[in-house]
Amino acid sequence: MAKYKLPKPGELSSSINYNPPAKDWMDIPVEFKPATYPAAAKEKDLLTVGFPNAHQWTPEDEDWNLPDGWEDTVIKGIEERLSKYRSFKLFMDVCVRCGACADKCHFYIGTGDPKNMPVVRAELLRSVYKRYFTKAGKVLGRLAGARDLDADVLKEWWYYFFQCTECRRCSVFCPYGIDTAELTIMGRELLNLLGLNINWIAGPVAACYSKGNHLGIEPHALKSNIELMIDDIEDITGIRVNPTFNRKGAEILFVTPSGDYMGEPGIYTCMGYLMLFHELGLDYTWSTYASEGGNFGFFTSNDMAKRLNSKIYAEAKRLGVKWILGGECGHMWRVLNQYMDTWNGPADFLEVPVSPITGTRFENAKSTKMVHITEFTADLIKHNKLKLDPTRNDHLRVTFHDSCNPARGMGLFEEPRYVIKSVCNNFFEMPENTIREKTFCCGSGSGLNATENMEERMRGGFPRANAVKYVHDKHGVNMLANICAVDRAAFPALMDYWVPGVGVTGTHELVANALVMTGEKERTTNLRGEDLPGKEGNE
Amino acid sequence: MDSKLKDLLEKKRSELVSKWIDAIISTYPNDPSGMLKNKKDRFENPIGHTITNVTQNLFQALLDEKSFTDCKQLLDDIIRVRAVQDFAPSKAVSFIFMLKNVVREELGKEIRQNQIYEEIFKFESQLDDLALFAFDIYSGCREQLNQLKTDELKRMTFTLLKKANLMSEIPAQEFEHKELKFNL
Repeated sequence: MAKYKLPKPGELSSSINYNPPAKDWMDIPVEFKPATYPAAAKEKDLLTVGFPNAHQWTPEDEDWNLPDGWEDTVIKGIEERLSKYRSFKLFMDVCVRCGACADKCHFYIGTGDPKNMPVVRAELLRSVYKRYFTKAGKVLGRLAGARDLDADVLKEWWYYFFQCTECRRCSVFCPYGIDTAELTIMGRELLNLLGLNINWIAGPVAACYSKGNHLGIEPHALKSNIELMIDDIEDITGIRVNPTFNRKGAEILFVTPSGDYMGEPGIYTCMGYLMLFHELGLDYTWSTYASEGGNFGFFTSNDMAKRLNSKIYAEAKRLGVKWILGGECGHMWRVLNQYMDTWNGPADFLEVPVSPITGTRFENAKSTKMVHITEFTADLIKHNKLKLDPTRNDHLRVTFHDSCNPARGMGLFEEPRYVIKSVCNNFFEMPENTIREKTFCCGSGSGLNATENMEERMRGGFPRANAVKYVHDKHGVNMLANICAVDRAAFPALMDYWVPGVGVTGTHELVANALVMTGEKERTTNLRGEDLPGKEGNE
Repeated sequence: MDSKLKDLLEKKRSELVSKWIDAIISTYPNDPSGMLKNKKDRFENPIGHTITNVTQNLFQALLDEKSFTDCKQLLDDIIRVRAVQDFAPSKAVSFIFMLKNVVREELGKEIRQNQIYEEIFKFESQLDDLALFAFDIYSGCREQLNQLKTDELKRMTFTLLKKANLMSEIPAQEFEHKELKFNL
C-alpha cells in the first residue's frame, strides 16, 4: 500500500486565509457573485423606448459587448451632465471626505463593504471626473485620486450604482448637502448610455411607455382587476362600490402605483382607496391611461422620467378634472413633488386642490395640483368626517416605516402617523434614529426589488428589519405599516427572513378596516378575509 | 467542564471575547473606519452589535455547558446575517472555529503549565459539534432564501392566476359538511 504524506492539521488550517486583502479600494476588482446583483436589461426593452446601445449581455460575462468608442461616450456623457446640472459639478468638487456619510448607508451597514460608503460610491465616479476634468487629476493621476476609465471601472460602477437605492439617508448627514442619490442617478444615466441597465428597471419602463404602467396591465385588465376587488369588498361589507374609469368631467383624477392593482398585500390598500372614496361620495375617476404613479424612468435618465411622467398632466387635461389625488407610493412622490412641475408644468389648467368634503385648500400643492392621500385622509379625520372603529384593528400592534422618498423627499412625517393612530389603538414607534428623516430604506428601492438579487435585498434591508425586530421583541409589534408600493412588495420577504411574525400593510388598508361605511352589514372579517377580533368563528 | 479550564476561561474572558470579535470582524472587507468594532449604537451598527452580543453570550453558554438547543437563537442571530453576506458556507460558520485559535493563542502557556490538554480537547470537540449544529442553521437560512423567492412570485401573480381562472380558492361554505364522516 502506497504511503501518502498527509498534511498536518496546522498546515491545513494555515492555508485558509480568512482575512480579506488590505488593499486600496481602487485595487480591489468587483466580483459578481450569484444572487447579489440584478439581471441585465433585455435588448428588446431598451429598443422599445429608443435607449442607445441596446445589446444582449450578462454581468457575469467577461466581455460586456461594449460598443466601440464607449469610453468617449461616457466622458462626453459626463461633460454634458456637468454643463447641464450644476448640482453634479458641485457634488464632484465640494466633498471634503469628512466621513459624516460613511456609516449612514444601509448597504454599508448591512455588508461592511467600504465601497458602499456613500463617500466611496461617489468616489467611484469622482475619480474618473478628476482624471478627465481637473488639472490636478490630469497631471498627478492617482496621487490626486484620479484614475483612467476602463472596463473594470465600468463594472464597478454597475455593481455599486445598482447597490444604492437612492434613499438619500446619507445626504441628511452631509454638512455640504451632497445628495449621493443624485450621483447614483448620474452614474446610472452614464451606464444607460451604453445599454447597461437592469431588467427590473428596463422592463417596467418599456411596459409603462407602451401600456401606461410598469406591470403592463392593459385597460380591460385593469378594470377587471378592480372589479375583482369590488366583488371582495361586497362580500365583506355588503356594499358594492362603483368606481368610474376615464370619466370626463370628474372633479378629481386618482393616480396610484400599479403595484396596488395586483399582488398581495398591495391590493388590500387599493380596496381601501375604493371603500374610502365610495363612503365619501367622491367625484373622482381612475384612468387606464395614467395608470401608474410610479416612475421607473427616474432610475434610467432624466429624459425618460420626464416622458413617462407627462401622461399624468396630459390625462388630467384630457379628462378636464380640477385636481389630482395620488396614492401611497415612495419614489412616485419624489418625482411628483420635486420634478413634475418643472418637467411638464405649469399645470395652469388645474385648480389649487380643495377637499370637497372639508373645504380645506391644500396650499402645499398649489403648484403641482397633486395631493398625497394621507394628507387628504388626515384632513378628513381631523374634521371628523369619517366614522371609524379602531377596535377592528385591535389584534394589530402596528409600527410605521417612513418610506424614504415621502419622508426625505417631501417631509411627510405626521400625516401618515396621524391617520394610523386614528384607526389603530396599538401604535409603537421604532427607535428615533431609524425613523422620520433618518429612516432606513427597505433595501429594495430604486428598481432593486427584483427576485434574483434576494441576498442583496436582505442585507440592504437588515438595518430596517433590525429596528422592526426591536419593537417586535419589546412591544409585540406584528404589523409594519407603510405608504409605498415597493415597501409592500419587498417587506414581506424581508420580514419573513429577519422578523417572522410581522405582516406588512398599506396605511389605507388599516383605514378601510376601521371605516364604518353607511349601510354596511356587520363585518366579521377584515379585507384579507381574516376574522376580526371578537368575531372568530362567525361565518 | 474541568474547573481549571473553566477558571482560566473565566479569568481571561474579556481578552478572549475581544480577540474572538476581532477575528470575526477580520472576515469582513478591510475597513479603515472601523465601524463594525467601534460604533456602539445597536441600530446604526447591527452587524457589530450582533457579533458582540452573540460572542459574549455564546462564550457564557459554553462555560455553563448549555445544550445546543439553548444556543440556537444566538447562533441563528449571527448566522442569519452571515448567510446573506457573500460568504462561502465554510466561511459563514468559520467564526466558531476561530474561538479555538483564540483560546490556544491566549491560554497556550497556561494549558502547558497546568497540563489540561484533555480538557482542551473536550472543549474543542464541543466547539466542533457546535459548528455542525451551526451548519444546520446556515442551511436552513439558505433554504429559506429560496423559499422567499417562491413566495414572492406567488404574491405577485396570485391575482393574475385567479383572474385567468387558472387558480381558484375553495369557498369556505363547501366545508359545511365537515362534520359528516365518510367511510373510505
